[in-house]
Amino acid sequence: MKLAFRQLIFYALLLAVWIVVARLRIWPPYMVPSPQGVFESLRTGFVDHSFWIAIGVSLKRIAIGYSLSVAIGVALGLLLASSEFLEQTLGGLMVSLQSLPSICWLPMAVLWFGLSDKAILFVVVLGSVLSVTISMEAGRKQMPKIYALAGRNLGANGLKLFFYVLFPASLPYLVSGLKQGWAFAWRSLIAGEMIFVSLGLGQLLMMGRDLNDMSQVVAVMILIVAIGYIVDGLIFKTMERRLQDKWGLSPATQ
Amino acid sequence: MISSSKSLTANEGQSRGDRLKSNLALVRPEATAAEPKVWVRDVSLSYPSSNGDRLLALDGIELNVRAGEFLCIVGPSGCGKSTLLHIITGLHRPTSGSVRVDDKIVDGPSPSRILIFQELGLFPWLTVTENVEFGLKMASLSHKEREERAAHYLRMVHLLQFRDSYIHQLSGGMRQRVALARALAMEPDVLLMDEPFAALDAQTRDLLHDELERIWAETGRTVVFVTHNVREAARLGDRVIVMTFRPGRIKREFLVDLPRPRQIEDSSVAGMARDILEELRTEINKSLEQEYHPHS
Repeated sequence: MKLAFRQLIFYALLLAVWIVVARLRIWPPYMVPSPQGVFESLRTGFVDHSFWIAIGVSLKRIAIGYSLSVAIGVALGLLLASSEFLEQTLGGLMVSLQSLPSICWLPMAVLWFGLSDKAILFVVVLGSVLSVTISMEAGRKQMPKIYALAGRNLGANGLKLFFYVLFPASLPYLVSGLKQGWAFAWRSLIAGEMIFVSLGLGQLLMMGRDLNDMSQVVAVMILIVAIGYIVDGLIFKTMERRLQDKWGLSPATQ
Repeated sequence: MISSSKSLTANEGQSRGDRLKSNLALVRPEATAAEPKVWVRDVSLSYPSSNGDRLLALDGIELNVRAGEFLCIVGPSGCGKSTLLHIITGLHRPTSGSVRVDDKIVDGPSPSRILIFQELGLFPWLTVTENVEFGLKMASLSHKEREERAAHYLRMVHLLQFRDSYIHQLSGGMRQRVALARALAMEPDVLLMDEPFAALDAQTRDLLHDELERIWAETGRTVVFVTHNVREAARLGDRVIVMTFRPGRIKREFLVDLPRPRQIEDSSVAGMARDILEELRTEINKSLEQEYHPHS
């Protein structure tokens, strides 16, 4: 309650300052838009469906790209954890590649795939797969060996052992990587969408720039933040809460 | 007290062949009459140590367990008794020798031999029932069958009302009983237990001894129970085997010919425990010496 109250005060103040600054007209509206202007942009965007379409297109892309990177990351992480050789060679490369901003993959993607959905997916996957891989590898290695032993003793083998024991047992370690991977995927997606007529949120942002429409730029930025926030709260917070309910307070220390 | 128990000795310092023969001579008449359930034959295990030598952990273990017998193995920590259980379970391969169960060579884990680990290895992402049903699910039993069997064994360990709890919500004794129910639900031929009650307080442990003895009598399972607690061994076992400290060998075996149900405070149990402890003490001293002067 106290938290909600504080946040309410904070955002009310922020809005008030914004209104005052916009009213003072120190800068023209194409530099600093008014809150009313941004609200109007949001409203028209949703009324003429252009925002809905962009959200739909972007969410579909992220769903495909992120699923791909989770699948690849989990498999790759398990592979790295299974061999000391791979861990020291490929594992080291992956850690160093993580310092590369995902947008750096874009020129390569465009040369390989042209200005297409595939190029965007490529950037999304490469932007997020490393986080998932590294946390899966760490999870597989930190996970107590007893789970695999008990699972095997109770008759779990091969894929069954993976799906019923190894994967759920490493989830508490994996969840932070999944979350970070999601954040990276979302950023990479928006960046990738900016480069061509991609119909996504990134392109709407660039369209605002092309039309000198700062209200639209801010409106789309608010949308991007809001969607990121909602997904985090809906999916990852729920996942963390459920893990906590099952495992107790600090799963990683059990 | 001492007269109520027979004890058999395998002398130390014999050559390996002699020891083997004398071990065979120790087999009790009733165990030879029927084929043994578990037959551990000349099992040795060595592994490379940090300085490059091979370290001998188990040396020529010869062991028979009758069907329905409750066998306890005691030894100082580091004698390889847990490793021996892992080998019988099939989770670990011996360097030489073999384990047979019902005359079939053990070459991997099987749901017919369930090990209850010292750390239990319950799955924290599953509820109590789901834990108990786990092995049944792996064996592709129908949902209804799984449910019935899980309920049966959870009732047996008095945990039915906690079926939907998660593991972290249970006390140590309750977790212990979940592990027991999970193992029993597989209806294994052989139940192997690795110091399962070591981390519990005395009252809970006494209670679980009673329950385990009752369940063992009810289900007629063959049990191999490893512990470092001689009172526990005398309280539960039909037979108690004492192992030596590093390398682990069988030093001596005790027949615990005491009426059941027993109590840990029974003077006969205490007397038996004293005999076992006497045999064990030199081994414990050796292990302590190693701990304090590891390089001597």
